[in-house]
Amino acid sequence: MGTIEANGKTYETDEEGYLADLNSWDKDVADVMAKIDDCDLTDSHWEVINFLREYYEEYQIAPAVRVLTKAIGKKLGKDKGNSKYLYELFPYGPAKQACKYAGLPKPTGCV
Amino acid sequence: MADFEIPQLKEYPVIPTIQEGVMAHSKPFVAKEEFQQQLGFPGELVDNWQQVAYDKMEELNGKYRSLQVFLDSCVKCGACTDKCHYYLGTSDPKNMPVARQDLYRKVYRRKFTFAGKYFPKLVGAVDLTKEVLDDWYSYFHQCSQCRRCSVFCPYGIDTAEISMAAREVMDCIGVGQKYCNEIIAKVYKIGNNLGLPEPALADTLEGLEEDIEDDTGVAVKLPLDQKGAEILLVTPSADFFAEPHVDGLIGYAKVFHEAGISWTLSSHASEAANFGMFIGSYENMRKVSLRIREAALDLGVKRIIFGECGHAWRVAYSFLNTLAGPFDFLDPKYPVPQHIMEFTYDLIQRKAITLDKSANDDMVLTYHDSCNVARASRMGPMPGGQFVLPREVIKACCNHFYDMPQDTIHDATYCCGGGGGLLTDDLMELRVKGAMPRMEALKHVVEEHGVTHMAAICAICKSQFTKVLPYYGFKMDSIVSVHQLVSNAIVLGNKQ
Repeated sequence: MGTIEANGKTYETDEEGYLADLNSWDKDVADVMAKIDDCDLTDSHWEVINFLREYYEEYQIAPAVRVLTKAIGKKLGKDKGNSKYLYELFPYGPAKQACKYAGLPKPTGCV
Repeated sequence: MADFEIPQLKEYPVIPTIQEGVMAHSKPFVAKEEFQQQLGFPGELVDNWQQVAYDKMEELNGKYRSLQVFLDSCVKCGACTDKCHYYLGTSDPKNMPVARQDLYRKVYRRKFTFAGKYFPKLVGAVDLTKEVLDDWYSYFHQCSQCRRCSVFCPYGIDTAEISMAAREVMDCIGVGQKYCNEIIAKVYKIGNNLGLPEPALADTLEGLEEDIEDDTGVAVKLPLDQKGAEILLVTPSADFFAEPHVDGLIGYAKVFHEAGISWTLSSHASEAANFGMFIGSYENMRKVSLRIREAALDLGVKRIIFGECGHAWRVAYSFLNTLAGPFDFLDPKYPVPQHIMEFTYDLIQRKAITLDKSANDDMVLTYHDSCNVARASRMGPMPGGQFVLPREVIKACCNHFYDMPQDTIHDATYCCGGGGGLLTDDLMELRVKGAMPRMEALKHVVEEHGVTHMAAICAICKSQFTKVLPYYGFKMDSIVSVHQLVSNAIVLGNKQ
């Protein structure tokens, strides 16, 4: 268990730095989480994060990598609809790293 | 890239000089109270934990005769010492299988043998102290239960069973591992390891149908909860989510399509994996297994086929009938259960599908035998079928295939480094180091034969390699599903 400070607010996290309470998420904490990993969130990152949050809202789970790449491809053009592009943005893996910044729980299982 | 030293790949395997205690710090996160309780275990370390542990050990002695035989019969010959990938990758002597077994054996001796009760010092018997418990938690979570050591043990002692027993004892005193126990709780609550609810699964499958049609012009279906289908496919939920797993799932769908047979997935049994085995819990393993029986009955299928998942196939092949049988309601003409590899192999033998090998000409392939398939199960009608069938299917799909060195394949295969409930980020150092022997063997065929891709039939292996390959200078996508190769090569719409 840990905590993250962002803009004067304290957020509780689990052992791996994922938000303990999904409802406590806001843009400030996403920025701070990314800074901890030496990552600056650009508009490109936010496109992915926003999609993840929308998908989660509807399905209560992060999208499969393939669903994510397809959605990003539709939105931003075919050249970006691939996992290479997503790994460039989120080198620790789009499923895990992007989920973390989006305030979603970590995908579990054999993934 | 990493805050630990990545092992060097050598030209030929070298047994490392021991470095005592270098992996003592490696411990997975402890399971939270709520997950412990959902599995029927105490939420946290119980007050009289030592006595509870001894009682549990006594129960296991009576329950699993094999366990007691393994604990009594070791003669310390040393044959196993250099056979564990975690020892070879970490140099920590407690990762020698005999030393790992002895962590449990020394307590067993103290409580349950004459010599240990009266002359403990003479036979290295000790009480289960907090220090010993800490060692258990650390080193029984540095065993992937791959059973390579047991192949080389003259007595056939199976360290995996001792690891499972130790984890069961720890769970029963309230010290469970987060990764496994959280996942089993998810299976009970949602139906699969991922926590993928039915609407998300339906949406994912629909998306895949679109993709296949865009790609091939053929409407290949991935049916969900279709009553009256001939076949129920039970596959790891990673097949719905991760790469390259999902390409394998597409492959199964195309094979069923070409075979012209009706099949369905189940939202109730949307997981082949059974982590109950990793934690040595018969009750949890049974509860997870029963979902498959329930789904098969509910959907009225005639056959059950398992997708590419290593330990699921061990549970299915070796234990399913005892855990969830009898399956007298299924068609007795077919094995219960059947592996997707058996199904595809049979179609290839009968020339019932057409495969265009040139579709995989951009790859030079090798095959990683997954430990639970290789050493704990079989496939097809012949001994060793679990080695033959996947290779024959691969060779039917591609023109370029080379095996890795003999002492690293078949029943001597090395674990991917992430099996047995260790595929979690909090054990990344262990996973990277434990992959070293497999990476060394891969490097050999890369240099010798220009191998570009390694195929596997286990969701854990695929995810583990995706993660660890880059640490050794390989591309993350050089791991592929066997049915991904089938998917590339299969000619659709050919058979009526």
